Amino acid sequence: MTDNVIEARGLLKLYGAQRAVDAIDLDIRRGEIFGLLGPNGAGKTTTILMMLGLTEISGGSVEVLGFNPVRQPLEVKRRVGYLPDAVGFYDHLTARENLVYTARLLAIPRSQIGRRIMEALESVQLADVVDRRVSTYSRGMRQRLGIAEIVMKKAEIAILDEPTSGLDPHATFELLEMIRGLKRMGVAVLLSSHLLDRVQSVCDRVALFNKGRIALMGTVVELANQVLGAGHPILVEASGIDIAAALRGIEGVQKVMPEGEGAWRVVADRDVRAAAAQRIVSAGGALTRLADLQPSLEEVYTRYFEEARHAA
Amino acid sequence: MQRSTARREGSPFTGLGPVFMKEFSDHLSSARMMVLMLFVIAFGALTVAPSLTELRNVTESDTFLFLRIFTSASSRVPFSFTAALGFTIPLLAIGLGFDSVNGEFNRRTLSRVLSQPIYRDALLLGKFLGALATLAVALVALWLIVLGAGLLLLGIPPRGVEVARGVAFLAVAIAYGGVWLAASMLFSVIFRSTATSALCALGVWLFFLIVWPLIVPAVVLAFASPDMLSGRASIDETLAFIQFQSFLDRLSPNTLFGEAVIGLLNPETRTLGPIIQSQMYGAIMGAPLPFGQSLLLIWPQITGLIAGMIVVFAAAYIIFQREEVRA
Repeated sequence: MTDNVIEARGLLKLYGAQRAVDAIDLDIRRGEIFGLLGPNGAGKTTTILMMLGLTEISGGSVEVLGFNPVRQPLEVKRRVGYLPDAVGFYDHLTARENLVYTARLLAIPRSQIGRRIMEALESVQLADVVDRRVSTYSRGMRQRLGIAEIVMKKAEIAILDEPTSGLDPHATFELLEMIRGLKRMGVAVLLSSHLLDRVQSVCDRVALFNKGRIALMGTVVELANQVLGAGHPILVEASGIDIAAALRGIEGVQKVMPEGEGAWRVVADRDVRAAAAQRIVSAGGALTRLADLQPSLEEVYTRYFEEARHAA
Repeated sequence: MQRSTARREGSPFTGLGPVFMKEFSDHLSSARMMVLMLFVIAFGALTVAPSLTELRNVTESDTFLFLRIFTSASSRVPFSFTAALGFTIPLLAIGLGFDSVNGEFNRRTLSRVLSQPIYRDALLLGKFLGALATLAVALVALWLIVLGAGLLLLGIPPRGVEVARGVAFLAVAIAYGGVWLAASMLFSVIFRSTATSALCALGVWLFFLIVWPLIVPAVVLAFASPDMLSGRASIDETLAFIQFQSFLDRLSPNTLFGEAVIGLLNPETRTLGPIIQSQMYGAIMGAPLPFGQSLLLIWPQITGLIAGMIVVFAAAYIIFQREEVRA
């Protein structure tokens, strides 16, 4: 018994001669948040649709919770919640009516429908507008209603396609909180996005898509090490003495690069912040800033695609 | 390929009930349906009212007086109730179906609904049946209104056989609506824009309403032999010629509907094609056929309408199965 909820092996999708998804291998583990990242047209949505059995598979195989989406799409779709890119609801119906329709499609017993809808809407803080028409909802509220649908479904896997696109920062923050909430309920979350800094904060693991292939896969730190090189970058702002020389003398420091006026970027094989502070202060320098530079996914992404372009 | 061995599991009709109920209730409560119904009722009243006032003054005995409400055209309004229906039913059906699939796509609800445990089969069939049920409700209501008006204004109850013919007429009208509904849904599957699919459906309707009756004689003439044109053709040749013409005519659902209505509501109708002298031997002119015989006479028309509905729906079904759901 594996703990993978989704297993794809050599998954392939051809549109004519074009390989939209080019023989990818992908495992999603139970209870993790997995991010599919990459530029538009890299094959993220196609991969998702193949997992749901909503588009035909040209080759390879994929198993979702042990079911084959090609032959057993109903079993898959019963257990997997899907929030499409820019999800739509029936505008002339209220939130409750929309969810009632979904609940009927899911064949939820009538006696449970009302309770499960209210529970789901409470979990996304839409309970007070349940009887308003969806046409009055903002974009963020629609996305939350989509999450509520997944909660009501009691899905084991939630697949979210660009859930944060087009949302303002506050709505994005709220939505990511709800995604974490899904994880707390034990739901495995697969989300695709090109908004990297947001995704970085919630994803346990990510896969970087490029032209239908998975270019990189792992935790954000692993990817950073792979693309940006191992090391522990920090930023130092100080004045008064020859800072660069002082920093170079610290054990473990590999590189010191000037970064603007009075600032240096230090790459070391360990966290050298304490040592750097001590060295500068004891030498009589004025230390104004000392920051740990977390590897950012944005940087990884930009660097990777730069290199990919150069290689091409 | 994997596809050849893949046999999907689960009933294709899973979820048909909820889709049907939703479509049905959406249609019945929609503003569009109100407008379409007003349109149909206005057309019905326009044709039925004058013919009713004229029928009130009929003094000679007519065993099928009630059916005349449907078929008689008064001197003031030059077409009958059934002719008006032949015109308004397609409009009603197209109005119900033209945005059924691409509307969902444009509202971005399609992929969300299809990610629930249903097959596309259930979605398309549920939408079709929901709209067909709406159409049926509308036509039954209209039929009852006309029947009621007839009762009130003529003051005589319809006989059993008249009611039977009326019900059969209703069934034919629903099948006729089904053809146009399937056609408009076909366009809603093919085109992503609702305006385009509406225009195409209306275009096909206008084509069969106006252009087809003009084209058919021209096409038939082009195939006619010189003998035929000079009027020296044999009976067999003439018959073949006429049959060719009615074959082309009957490709139009409007013709099938018109002929089925004539056969059902004019019990005196003995044939819908050419008849030769020897076949008339022993017939009593103007004597009505029994209901069963009338039904037999128009059976091919009914079959044709239902077959047309199924064929067009199947085309929509096949295209919909192959369509990508992504935006």
